[in-house]
Amino acid sequence: MTAISPEMLALPVAMAVAAGLVGCFAVMRRMTLASDAISHIALPGIGVALVLRLNPVLGGIVALVVGTLLVWALEHRTRLPTEAVIGVVFSAALAIGSMLTSGEELIEALFGAARRPGALETGLGLAGALIVATYVLQARHRLVIALVSTDLARTVGIGVRRLDLMYLLGFALTVGLGLRYLGVLLMGSLIIIPATTARHVARSLGTMLALATGLSVGATVLGTLAAPLLHVAAGPLVIAVAAVFFLLGLLVRRRG
Amino acid sequence: MTPHALEVEGLGVSFGRTRVLTDVSFVVPEGGTLAVIGPNGSGKTILFKALIGAVPHEGRLRWAAATRIGYVPQKLDIERDLPITGHDFLRAKAAVSRAADADVRRALEMVNLTPEVAAQTIGTVSSGQFQRLLLAFALMGRPTVLLFDEPTAGVDEPGEEGLYAMIRRVQQAERLTLLLISHELALVYQHADTVLCLSASHRTAFFGSPVDVLTPGRLREAYRAPLKFHVHDGHFS
Repeated sequence: MTAISPEMLALPVAMAVAAGLVGCFAVMRRMTLASDAISHIALPGIGVALVLRLNPVLGGIVALVVGTLLVWALEHRTRLPTEAVIGVVFSAALAIGSMLTSGEELIEALFGAARRPGALETGLGLAGALIVATYVLQARHRLVIALVSTDLARTVGIGVRRLDLMYLLGFALTVGLGLRYLGVLLMGSLIIIPATTARHVARSLGTMLALATGLSVGATVLGTLAAPLLHVAAGPLVIAVAAVFFLLGLLVRRRG
Repeated sequence: MTPHALEVEGLGVSFGRTRVLTDVSFVVPEGGTLAVIGPNGSGKTILFKALIGAVPHEGRLRWAAATRIGYVPQKLDIERDLPITGHDFLRAKAAVSRAADADVRRALEMVNLTPEVAAQTIGTVSSGQFQRLLLAFALMGRPTVLLFDEPTAGVDEPGEEGLYAMIRRVQQAERLTLLLISHELALVYQHADTVLCLSASHRTAFFGSPVDVLTPGRLREAYRAPLKFHVHDGHFS
């Protein structure tokens, strides 16, 4: 890999902003495991896209959106717990996905690869990140109320089901944004780890959102810049840096 | 005649084969106070959830036009380390109900909460403070009706204005219609205009004035236990 150019950083940074913001609510909604599982739903989409010689990221995003709708509908139709529904959908997706993808491709789909994205992919990626970030910031008040109590949310006129769906779609899109760079496995981690660190340290919503975003961007930039120097792949290094931030966060005592 | 804030006729709620409420009918005039009483598990909270549209129901339920509901739930399961402060929570309501930020201050003053308490995370304040915060949340956006689900035991701090006194004061200041789930029959007797008594059997509900409903016979039937409520001194034993 050659030197990092600014435009090679633009997309990862945008992806990191979206991951930090979306992650805050995933962590607060106790969706940590569920969200990791949702990201695996991308796998069969990537597999199908590779078979059909289409853009794998596009295939992954389509699978994520379909999977999200499936999880959402099953949850509301069957009253099964979300974890159970996601567990079923996720395992099936992983099974189908690994049958369709093989060897090198599978590794790349799981862990990503730092490649120079085309102009179209960069443009779409930046737009997607902007949409997710704007959505989470705009919806944060509704998300907070629904988090505290769905009954309270209803009395305030919040459509809880719709809010759930929109949030899950935002989550799915965020995973999609990181598919190329971090892959299915690691993108889930970038959503969860900085937000978990922020949750531990922060004492207000604003601080948590800012901190999660900052840590996510910090880990992404540091990991991306240091990877060529250390001769390792960028994706795993980004997550390793995020994990180091988490460990440092544990040392910070809050609630003095 | 005062127009009705709420009319309920033949309301029923069931979950699968379990019947929780059967044929409940009552009205609440605008500005009136209805107390909902009944033994544990008689469906009081479920009735409130049906009223706010959180659980499906049968029968007729009609709120007056332009009703805005403020709801104070009984108990919420909040994780202690959630990084959401009282301010975050109230500001969220302000944003969603398009109220001014000044309303946050006003609501806090109305329930006697200091800005210091509101700056703490909601999982770390005392249960009494959290309930006041929920009341402040309900009062933002100028509700016309307040639904208050009372917790079982006293959460009043000694030396502070009691919760009931606070609710009465707020009700009068804001000209609210008040629906209140209560376990304090003495207070119900004093303050409520009408009483709805749900029963342990889920089959009968009495509705009427406190004098009509709070009789030993009806209470025994509803609570399925020999309760004594002495009307003359307002005590319940």
